[in-house]
Amino acid sequence: MIHIIAARELKTLFLSPLAWSILGVVQLLLAYLFLSQIDLFMTYAPQLAGRPNAPGVTDIVITPLLGNTGVILLLIAPLITMRALSEESRSRTLNLLMSSPVSMTEIVLGKYLGLLGFFLILLAMIGLMPLSLMTGTELDAGKLASGLLGLALLLAAFTAAGLFMSSLTDQPTVAAVSSFGLLLLLWIIDWAGNSGAEVSELFRYLSLVRHYESLLKGLFDSSDVVYYLLFILTFLALTVQRLDARRMPH
Amino acid sequence: MDREILIHAEHLQRDYGPIRAVHDVSFELAKGDVLGFLGPNGAGKSTTMQMLTGTLAPSAGTIRVRGVDLLDHPRRAKRELGYLPEQPPLYRELTVDEYLRYCARLRGVPGREVTAAVDRARARCGLNEVRRRLIANLSKGYQQRVGIAQAILHNPAVVILDEPTVGLDPIQIREIRGLIRELGEAHGIILSTHILPEVQGTCNRVQIIHRGRLVFSDSMQGLESHLQAQACIVAFRRPPEPAALERLPGVEAVSDLGEGRYRLRYGGDNPAEALAEAAVNGGWGLRELIPERRTLEQIFVELTSRDAAEEAA
Repeated sequence: MIHIIAARELKTLFLSPLAWSILGVVQLLLAYLFLSQIDLFMTYAPQLAGRPNAPGVTDIVITPLLGNTGVILLLIAPLITMRALSEESRSRTLNLLMSSPVSMTEIVLGKYLGLLGFFLILLAMIGLMPLSLMTGTELDAGKLASGLLGLALLLAAFTAAGLFMSSLTDQPTVAAVSSFGLLLLLWIIDWAGNSGAEVSELFRYLSLVRHYESLLKGLFDSSDVVYYLLFILTFLALTVQRLDARRMPH
Repeated sequence: MDREILIHAEHLQRDYGPIRAVHDVSFELAKGDVLGFLGPNGAGKSTTMQMLTGTLAPSAGTIRVRGVDLLDHPRRAKRELGYLPEQPPLYRELTVDEYLRYCARLRGVPGREVTAAVDRARARCGLNEVRRRLIANLSKGYQQRVGIAQAILHNPAVVILDEPTVGLDPIQIREIRGLIRELGEAHGIILSTHILPEVQGTCNRVQIIHRGRLVFSDSMQGLESHLQAQACIVAFRRPPEPAALERLPGVEAVSDLGEGRYRLRYGGDNPAEALAEAAVNGGWGLRELIPERRTLEQIFVELTSRDAAEEAA
């Protein structure tokens, strides 16, 4: 049942021009960033050549590229997730799902996996850019893999939060704005530290970007992965709860 | 004949905050029943239907579908249900075929049987010529039919239709009514409407809900006897004295309607026979003898307004 809902969600996304235009725009932006990063590397490559432990092409091109991708997708992800449940409740098609022999958990997981499928396609297209460098040079495969894993986890977290926001309202735009707000808040929550003030450990831990950065550096720490998994689980559980609450007397 | 009970609803109640939309509603639906659910706007029809299909949870009460508790085993119970909500749940960006295939899978039709199930439902609802069109581009009537097709796709034991003939033209309404009667032979159907003739045309049981309570529940035959009012209208070419009419056996009251017309109210047996005999013997020139029937509408208005009056008192 989950895969039926997921497949429908993914197909429906591609029926609207939104998904296509997002794929195109993201690719265009990242291609520009990618090229300017390569340009930077070409400028400094002769100076770096002689030095021991000099940053390689992976550090100069791929790490910043993936870092920027995280920010761009923070802006884009809410646009994809906004319609997932709000549109269903607006057009009353949620009734179809709810009167079918499927549980709320299956509905939420189906929706989630369908959206995730879209982001995996996006991720694959983004991943092709650094991989294209392999034709001309050696890449740090470990760092690249850890960076892509980080980006995948980040996207999975964006999707879960976006799906939850979409379950709160009938208006897709409201869902988009609120999930964007939530994600941005979690992105900048540890910025207070940069101004010199003491930041509580909790804020530091909650920050989406901190865990991503360590994965980008190639530091695979299971606590970062656990952070993302907890984040995803929390929002999925909240979404199931929220859908269930619609049925309940209140 | 022992009839299979498909739906067993007991003491259903549903609150929306402080408002109690449905209050202690209990009924049964057997195989072969086409149950008409009547009520003024906001009486609780849709809420009751949503509870029966599991899209709303009741505040109290139990629902069993073929003996399976809907709240404890929603998955098993919902397999036996087909539901057309007030607003058909359509994905406008899909074609009719795509949509029905998705619904079939969602309703648990096994992969091999999906095509057959879709073909059957599509043919039954007269959707063959629009199968490849986008639902968004279909007229309201066709969209409604897609909604009905979706409800009967998986051959459920119970089909629940919330105002199925809204937005259809008279010919389509006839077709849908025919379809409902046909479905009623093998399934149990619950049909909500506020078009009263529709109930008389399609249903064999009637329930009237008002302010969240069931105020009337009877079979169509039972309803027939309610409809037989204890009065008839007669007209004469040479009208007799009203006193002569009052003397007829059974007649309780005579009211003069003018131009030789009278309304006779009677208790017990119909005095038509005695009246005809007296008319012939007395040379009154009987022109009309019409048993007065109450309409379902009158019963409906009576029940729903009486309750309102009680509430006000």
